[in-house]
Amino acid sequence: MAVRPLLSVPREVKAGVPFEVRILIQHPMETGFRRDAVGGVIARDIIHTFECSVDGEEVFAARLEPAVAANPFLAFSARLERSGTMVLRWVDDRGVEAEERVAIRVV
Amino acid sequence: MWRSAWCRALALLLATLPAGAQEKRSGYDDAGPQVRAMQDDDMANPAFLWVRQGEALWERREGMAGRSCADCHGAVEGMRGVAARHPEFDAARGRVVTLEQRVNLCRTDYQGAAALAPESDALLGITALVGLQSRGMPVAVEVEGAAAAAVARGEAFFRLRQGQLNLSCAQCHDGLAGQSLAGSRIPQGHANAYPIYRLEWQGMGSLHRRLRACLVGVRAEPLGRDDGLLADLELFLAARAAGLVVETPGVRP
Repeated sequence: MAVRPLLSVPREVKAGVPFEVRILIQHPMETGFRRDAVGGVIARDIIHTFECSVDGEEVFAARLEPAVAANPFLAFSARLERSGTMVLRWVDDRGVEAEERVAIRVV
Repeated sequence: MWRSAWCRALALLLATLPAGAQEKRSGYDDAGPQVRAMQDDDMANPAFLWVRQGEALWERREGMAGRSCADCHGAVEGMRGVAARHPEFDAARGRVVTLEQRVNLCRTDYQGAAALAPESDALLGITALVGLQSRGMPVAVEVEGAAAAAVARGEAFFRLRQGQLNLSCAQCHDGLAGQSLAGSRIPQGHANAYPIYRLEWQGMGSLHRRLRACLVGVRAEPLGRDDGLLADLELFLAARAAGLVVETPGVRP
């Protein structure tokens, strides 16, 4: 069952003042180094790319590696000058893409 | 009558106090600051990913009866206190029933649905959601009357030396709690936060999974999922943790 991430983003921010974005995504982050009961390699399946943009402008991006534990938690700061829609997007090794959208108002 | 019940409760309380320890300590108190911070913040506690699945399942109509949990129980907030009093002795069935078993009895008896698989995301999600409703309440299971024999069986198992290492639960979690084992603090072993998100598992697990790991750790035969002794042991552990607050869903290293 695909479950939506735990996402913490303020809906209203002050212009130019940094705020924190936190996201916790459910994902096995299978390293590709483990073997199953009959010795076969369990295929790597990690979220390898994470991007965050506001109205098309990138504010944060990360490349994740197999050492990252399951259910990755990302926290970063951002700063906005005008209201916009924040889009958080990530892709895993199986090609599954997911995104979350949050409208943020600058007051 | 009332007074003797109170005396027995007090005697049980004294008997279950860890030797050498003055007060009960939750595993939370023995965890590191990073782990505590994860549990303290619902947006950083990965167990809430499972709680969300439980919320979806609570509303979903299941089985031949086409009923959801909510159709009978209403809003999940009405389940406050349920996890704090489980496991409980079920007089009709003549045995102790854990929260996981209670959920599955609801499914088979009232929803006409198949029981959820042990350790499945669905079962962990629904028990985490129900457990969350009791968060902050003291663990308070019924240990009197018909439950007393089950508590005694659970305690006997807790004090039984077993496995190739010939260790009992009590030797470490009563006798050596607070001391170190390979760099980790030995906790008192109270089960007041299950199901938990365990960092070592990189996932969610029930108390049974934890107990299985303990028993395998002393190289003993793990208890089967449907073994009545497992429910008795879980009941004894809840009686032993009486008064500690429910932390479900907890985070542990």
